Amino acid sequence: MSASTTAVPAGDLVRTAFAGYLLGLADDSLILAQRLGEWVTRAPQIEEDIALANIALDLLGQARTLLACAGKVEGLGRDEDDLAFLRDEREFRNVQLVEIPNGDFAVTMARQLIFSGYQYELYRALLTSTDPMLAGLAAKAVKEVAYHRDHAVQWVRRLGDGTDESHTRMQTGLDHTWPYVEELFERAPGVAALPRIAADPASLRPAWDSFIGTVIAEATLTIPQPTWRARGGRAGYHTEYLGHLLPEMQYLHRAHPGASW
Amino acid sequence: MHRGVDAPRTPAVGGSAAAEQAPAKPPDTGAHLQQRFDALIADDERIEPRDWMPTGYRKTLIRQIAQHAHSEIIGMQPEGNWITRAPSLRRKAILIAKVQDEAGHGLYLYSAAETLGVDREDLLDLLHEGKQKYSSIFNYPTLSWADMGAIGWLVDGAAIMNQVPLCRCSYGPYGRAMVRVCKEESFHQRQGFDILHTLSHGTPAQQAMAQDAVDRFWWPSLMMFGPPDERSAHTAQSTAWGIKRLGNDELRQRFVDICVPQARALDITLPDPDLRWNENRGHYDFGAVDWAELTRVIKGDGPCNEQRIQRRRSAHEEGAWVREAADAYARKHHNSSAAEALA
Ligand SMILES: [Fe+2]
Ligand SMILES: [Fe+2]
Repeated sequence: MSASTTAVPAGDLVRTAFAGYLLGLADDSLILAQRLGEWVTRAPQIEEDIALANIALDLLGQARTLLACAGKVEGLGRDEDDLAFLRDEREFRNVQLVEIPNGDFAVTMARQLIFSGYQYELYRALLTSTDPMLAGLAAKAVKEVAYHRDHAVQWVRRLGDGTDESHTRMQTGLDHTWPYVEELFERAPGVAALPRIAADPASLRPAWDSFIGTVIAEATLTIPQPTWRARGGRAGYHTEYLGHLLPEMQYLHRAHPGASW
Repeated sequence: MHRGVDAPRTPAVGGSAAAEQAPAKPPDTGAHLQQRFDALIADDERIEPRDWMPTGYRKTLIRQIAQHAHSEIIGMQPEGNWITRAPSLRRKAILIAKVQDEAGHGLYLYSAAETLGVDREDLLDLLHEGKQKYSSIFNYPTLSWADMGAIGWLVDGAAIMNQVPLCRCSYGPYGRAMVRVCKEESFHQRQGFDILHTLSHGTPAQQAMAQDAVDRFWWPSLMMFGPPDERSAHTAQSTAWGIKRLGNDELRQRFVDICVPQARALDITLPDPDLRWNENRGHYDFGAVDWAELTRVIKGDGPCNEQRIQRRRSAHEEGAWVREAADAYARKHHNSSAAEALA
């Protein structure tokens, strides 16, 4: 799909809001792909090296489409690589959940469950976006994400209802990641300016809650009640972890300004 | 997606020692079984898992297929090392896909080995204990992005050269696994060439990076074909059994002959002052390979041997609780569905 099929809304405010919205979606996928890429050669079994690499590839593909499109909407001539490699920490719009370190396999699976559950509802909602690029991307991505979600569900069940050790680790993984849940469903400021184009994150919450509730119960786990919550990722306010992820991702590209690869 | 494995499975029979107890080998009728086996080999027919085979043939195949599988898995590390640092999103995607392919190759090959009566867990233990080897090329570090190009072009290129004849290997599951693997390897080789081509036509810093990578990987790539035939412990018997179709020296020569014009197209110099066309032989002459280096690296004294095995071991050990949980879950749910069926 080509970014040029995007129905760019008229007016600078809307344009800025739309570019920001696309960047938020793109950065979520890009940063999580980067984290999952760290797992490759370190997974508990070879099948998981393959599965995690595969999920990273899907997310990276979504990010590339979204970044290219955000660049077009923004109209400053930035392409996917300019946006991925040349923005600083404060310019990234992803939620904090995707930037936290991988932790053990349980933390990664907790994050996968939360995030793929969210992305699944998001892309389903975007199927009816009036923006052809977003609707087209959603049609492809919703299938990919259904697989990501299923992968996470299976592992959360196995780990929750496996051994005592895996149960404890899985519950700890949920406890560790749950403070980052609220942020996913918060209405970003620009979304109100994009009716029928964007999906209102708050509207995704009920379906997510009911799906996740069932999985957690089946896995003999408990939904955590965190005492704090993350906020600010969509406005460029991040965890300290992102400032370590980005230099690793960006250094080579930045070390050779203007080079092609 | 998970890639399937095409090699037929037979029930695993425990440790690698079980390989000695060839499941289909009745001891009393040895002579006529041997005759039938010899006839199949002579007719260039395939040996299949349920066929009788000599113990030595089985042992040789297990060793070779396991070593090959381990090479695919260890081979993920030098390239995996650059996934988080790839200089463009497109290159990052290609690299992830390639490393994922290598993991898939490892799985096909472990499955092919399992048809001979060993199981993957035991083979992995042997790898982790240093009792089975993998290709020594993966004991060299990847120090720059250009190494992703050099590995694709030279290492995957050499692997293709070695593996194409293996598609005709007398052992059916191994030959069939190789057919699948070779298709993907040619994509790997092309993407490596493409990385180097871009670099060698890029900025001076990129050109230098490309040349440096080829300087470091050229000789170790030539070593991938193994020692000269007259020094190779296994070549003659493996050839007689139809496992090995071409000699190490012939494969190495073919590789050099293919690489020289490609290097020219890349505008990269191969680091061998003795490399020149020999009109009489119809081949390129090349300098002496440092076989002492190969021996040293195979024996464990290479720059990354320790690190590669350590990474494998820690992934395996740190993942033990995950695999145990999966087993426990499968047992519980197998039992409960059996109980439901009985109720
Ligand atoms: Fe391979
Ligand atoms: Fe390969």
